[in-house]
Amino acid sequence: MQELAGKKEIIKQLRDRILSMEGFSTGKDSQQLDFGLGKMNAAFPGGTFPVAAMHEFVSHTEACAAASNGFLAGLLATLMKKGGFCLWISTGRKLFPPALKFFGIEPEQLIFIDVRRQKDALWVMEQGVKCNALTAVVGEFRDISFADSRRLQLAIEASRVTGFLHRLHPRFENTLTCVSRWKIRPIASRENDGLPGVGFSCVEVELEKIRNGRPGIWQFEWQNGSFNQVAPQRSVVSKSGEAKKKQSYA
Amino acid sequence: MPKRYLYIWFHYLATDRLAKINPELQRTQFLLYASEKGQMLVRAASQALLKEGMVPGMLVADVRAILPSVEVFPEDLQAMQKLLNDLAEWCFRYTPTVATDAPDGLILDISGCPHLWEGEVPYLDEITHRLRKGGYDVRVGIADTVGAAWAVARYGNQTIIEPGKHGEALLTLPPAALRLDRITLQRMGKLGFRQIGQLIRIPRSNLRRRFGDSLLNRLEQALGTVSEPLVPVLPTPVYQERLPCIEPIRTAKGIKIALERLLEKLCERFFREGKGMRTGIFKGYRIDGEIVQIDIGTNRASRNASHLFKLFELKIPELEPALGIEVFTLEATLVEELSETQEALWSVGSNNQTAIAELLDNIAGKVGAQAIHRYLPQEHYWPEHSITDVGSLEAKPQTAWCTDRPRPLHLLPEPEPIEVMVMLPDYPPLHFRYKDEVIRIARADGPERIEQEWWIQSGPPRDYYRVEDENGARYWLFRLGLYGHGKNQWFLHGFFV
Repeated sequence: MQELAGKKEIIKQLRDRILSMEGFSTGKDSQQLDFGLGKMNAAFPGGTFPVAAMHEFVSHTEACAAASNGFLAGLLATLMKKGGFCLWISTGRKLFPPALKFFGIEPEQLIFIDVRRQKDALWVMEQGVKCNALTAVVGEFRDISFADSRRLQLAIEASRVTGFLHRLHPRFENTLTCVSRWKIRPIASRENDGLPGVGFSCVEVELEKIRNGRPGIWQFEWQNGSFNQVAPQRSVVSKSGEAKKKQSYA
Repeated sequence: MPKRYLYIWFHYLATDRLAKINPELQRTQFLLYASEKGQMLVRAASQALLKEGMVPGMLVADVRAILPSVEVFPEDLQAMQKLLNDLAEWCFRYTPTVATDAPDGLILDISGCPHLWEGEVPYLDEITHRLRKGGYDVRVGIADTVGAAWAVARYGNQTIIEPGKHGEALLTLPPAALRLDRITLQRMGKLGFRQIGQLIRIPRSNLRRRFGDSLLNRLEQALGTVSEPLVPVLPTPVYQERLPCIEPIRTAKGIKIALERLLEKLCERFFREGKGMRTGIFKGYRIDGEIVQIDIGTNRASRNASHLFKLFELKIPELEPALGIEVFTLEATLVEELSETQEALWSVGSNNQTAIAELLDNIAGKVGAQAIHRYLPQEHYWPEHSITDVGSLEAKPQTAWCTDRPRPLHLLPEPEPIEVMVMLPDYPPLHFRYKDEVIRIARADGPERIEQEWWIQSGPPRDYYRVEDENGARYWLFRLGLYGHGKNQWFLHGFFV
């Protein structure tokens, strides 16, 4: 029995070591931050959203792009609570800074770099993730090659900045070294106690890929303008009255 | 060592200045005036006007009555002072000690300088020739004392007074050559003093009783028995370093080493003087006579050699060494104060602003400063006016971000026109067509009417609706204008989460 417990301990230690070698922070910095993702945390390695890593968001429509940026802004808000600056690099930016305030981000904490060419955007992104004075770096562009993503990932492992790669209308979804791939879609808002009009923003979050974690699909409703509390919405009643089945690849 | 002084009198400085700025004025009649006791007095007149007999001191109204075509300009004393200072700095090529004599003269201490031009005559010729070529009418005088040089330049008929002969040269000049005030000169005129020679023979005590100390002082300064200190113009320091190479440099590696050395020297100097670089130029003098250069700018003054090196490094490929570069120079063209306490503050700051400022410098060097934006709120409801772009990292919002109305996370740079199906008068659309796709609307909020700000621009108001389609996508639509005022166009302006 004791032998078994000893083995478990060894396996846990080995797992932690492998995780840290793969670029996940198993240290304290990620433990302290609560992203308010609730049950979704179980999908991540170590039970928390991996900071100091590169995350990939893919969106194929304009509506999905807005939803992705919304979800991303919710994550950023937690990262940026302590202050600091975030670099937002884009080749065709539509983000309207005042709206970030609804997500709990002070819009003046963001520095926008608007470049025309993707090559420049990549260069700026690399410089950004190398600079450990930044809290986070967000890059919005179309395509990125595996080699480029590996360069970014290596830089991030050294600087421990959290990076977000938002790919708008990518030609094809090639494999990257990012720890995760997310797809966010807007879904119809729920009835709000019979009140007319548009309800709270509602999105379906698909974690398509997560290294050492369990992919899955969740639905979130973001309430009251303050997006700190992300409440998981589990049984959405669709029009036909059926409860939507919770899907999971795990 | 005996002292020698050169006095340069810019005879028509004010009018020469205007004629240089405005070449059409060159041969025309114009004057500069200043108000004095409620009258407009002529301060300076162009040479064409002087020929007509109009002299400074006349009333502008009188001149206009005689010559209606005359052009008049106000006198600008500050610009004159600045011009005189610039001319003084230009004269540093002839002597290190130059003083200004307001309003229109320069005093040069030329002791030990003229032999470099092979004597005082070629030296003086060179100066007067170049100044006249530059459009300035000058009169000059060289003598052992400042007072004598002044007198010779303004009243004498020879320009160079031999060493030790200035006393004799002064004898025949009028008393006005002694730099005296007007009242003293008038009194002298009444008493019949026409030449300085007449004064010198009178006992000093008598002169003092009648004309006061100032006359004696001026007389002794001119004769050289009392010394006259000059207040020299200080040159603006040039932050430049040079690096000659034994062999021409052709490789990028070599250029980098040269740059590193120059930066090290310059930054050391910045450190000593408490300064920092804002803009810099790195030049390479090629052996074929061409000059190649790259320049950088920083967001805030910096004397961090490695940071500055990084900024230059991005541009080194633009330098074309061709057959080789033999001399490198590095010049800081814009230098600002940078105190140590400031630097200390940045480095311990929680958000590492220096590192970010350096990163932004880097980015600005590569993709241009116009690519970097940071936004602060503005007190406007009109969405396009509600934010303002600021350049600096330190700027703080003057007003709070407005969150009482929903605003979309994505805003299109230009509202895009859409075709809608809508019930009158104030309902949101039932469906709309955007990019050849029909979008059916399930829910809607609104309208939120935003009027144009009449003090900025005029036009119809916008009625904004927040709508959700059947699939859950949320949009921000607006109708431009009110019903009953022609056709109303609908637009899509943004996407909500």
